[in-house]
Formats: sequence, C-alpha cells, structure tokens
Amino acid sequence: MSHVHEEPHASAHESSAGAANRVKSLVAALEAASVLTERQLDEAIESFLAHAQPANGARIVARAWVDPGFRERLLADGNAAAAELGIDLAHWAPVRLRVVANGPGRHNLIVCTLCSCYPLALLGPSPTWYKSEAYRSQAVRDPRGILAEFGTHVGADVEITVWDSTAEVRYLVLPERPAGTELLSEAELEALVTRNGLIGTALV
Amino acid sequence: MSRVHDMGGQHGFGPLAIESDEPPFHHEWEARVFALNRLLLRSGRYTLDEFRAAVEAMPPADYLAASYYERWLHAIETLVREKGVLDVRPG
Repeated sequence: MSHVHEEPHASAHESSAGAANRVKSLVAALEAASVLTERQLDEAIESFLAHAQPANGARIVARAWVDPGFRERLLADGNAAAAELGIDLAHWAPVRLRVVANGPGRHNLIVCTLCSCYPLALLGPSPTWYKSEAYRSQAVRDPRGILAEFGTHVGADVEITVWDSTAEVRYLVLPERPAGTELLSEAELEALVTRNGLIGTALV
Repeated sequence: MSRVHDMGGQHGFGPLAIESDEPPFHHEWEARVFALNRLLLRSGRYTLDEFRAAVEAMPPADYLAASYYERWLHAIETLVREKGVLDVRPG
C-alpha cells in the first residue's frame, strides 16, 4: 500500500527554485575558480546512474541462493564476495558490507537513523522514503508498523532485527529463496529480487 | 546530548510517504548537488566525515525545514566557505 503524495506546497516550490539558483551560483563560482567543470558534473551523474544498480544486489542474492559456498563467503565477508562478482563497493570511501540473512522465524530490516547510509552500488539511488524522517524515526521503534506501510506482514512469531547503518558499515538483506523456484535459472532468480526485498521492507 | 539528525525512536514524523516508480532525482539541481559532493569529496576538498558533520550541525529548525538535498547543499556551501575553496583575497 503506498500513500498518494499530496501536491507540494507552494513554499516547497519556492524552496526548490531557491535551491536551484544557489546550485547555479555555486557551480559557476567553482568553475570560475577552476575547482571543477560542468562537464565533470555531468559525467559524475552519468557514471553514478550507470554503476549504482539494484541489479548488482540481485546478482549477489541469486548467486547465494544457488551456491552454498558463495553464501557462506558472503555472510562472512560481503566485500570479498561482491568482488568475486566484479562488484566494487567503494562508492566514495571504503565501506564494509555486512549481509544479513532472513530465514525461518527471522527477518531483517535496514535503516540509517542518522542520515541515509545505504549500499548505493548494490541498490541504486536510494528512495526518498528511506531518507525520510518518518522511516528513520519509526523503523527502530516499530518495525512491524513500518513493514505494514509497505503491505508486508511477517508472522508474530518471526523475530525482526533492525540494522542501523553507519558511514563505515552498510547492510544488505539476503532474502529467503521463494518456494517453488527450484527449477529457475540464476538469471530468472535475479529477476525475482526487488530493491525493497534487499532493504527488508518487502519479502521476495 | 543527541541532535535533531539522531532520529531513531522519535515520534511524530509519520506517516511514511512511499512514491512508486520514483526517479533517482526529482529535480536537475538535486542531481547536480549529488555530483558536486562526489567531485569535491574525490578531489579531497573535504572528507565524508566533515560533510556529515556539516549536515548534522544545521540548526534543528533549518534541518527539519530543508529537503534531503537542501541539507546537502547547505553542507557543501558551508564547507566550500570554511575550507577556503573559493577564497578571493581582497586586493
């Protein structure tokens, strides 16, 4: 269940227009001071959008579902396992990837209460709700309530662990492999994995 | 003492707004803020810790009134000034 967005208030429009002007001035000043160029900015945006993909997270999960050895290595050292698939996690700075596995009676949910830490390389650009005050404040206090907002219901007997990300440690949920997928190929399994499943707000 | 950014467990910020098929950025300027931060970090003008500290040091009322990328913009403007990236010496 998703909430319908209200039209932004007039003040939000003004605020966004103000920010756009501030950015324009800042870029012009930085360019004049030879700190950076417009072209470098465009390239940085393109490169980010090209490399930060939820498909990377899905590849990791599908491999873990079909290869028990990989799963073991993934849970022991997320960075090394991602590197096996040619996925570089270093986005701005070296970050440690910790993969947390769902299982019978066990569900995991990821949040960053302080800001917005998130494995961008594996999940793509983070959604606004992940960065919102509502999610950051409630996820640690009422994870079942948050899951219900996504239409996700886990049994009362399932223990939910909430992982609070930091600048140094990023988390990824390893969902349970859905029943009845024994005959699917690795590529078909990848297609089942959703971004929200990797954050823990959805089941796969 | 915790500051406003330390939101875990606080009340009163709900409900959650979930946008389906959300674009990576809602405005061109947001993408540029993201890229500015990336380039300034990469070129060592400031560190990620300094960036976070600059976001977290926003006065609480300003922090809550600002959108996510407005907070980033505030931090970048602050750091560019503090680090003298744009220093123009009076002639």
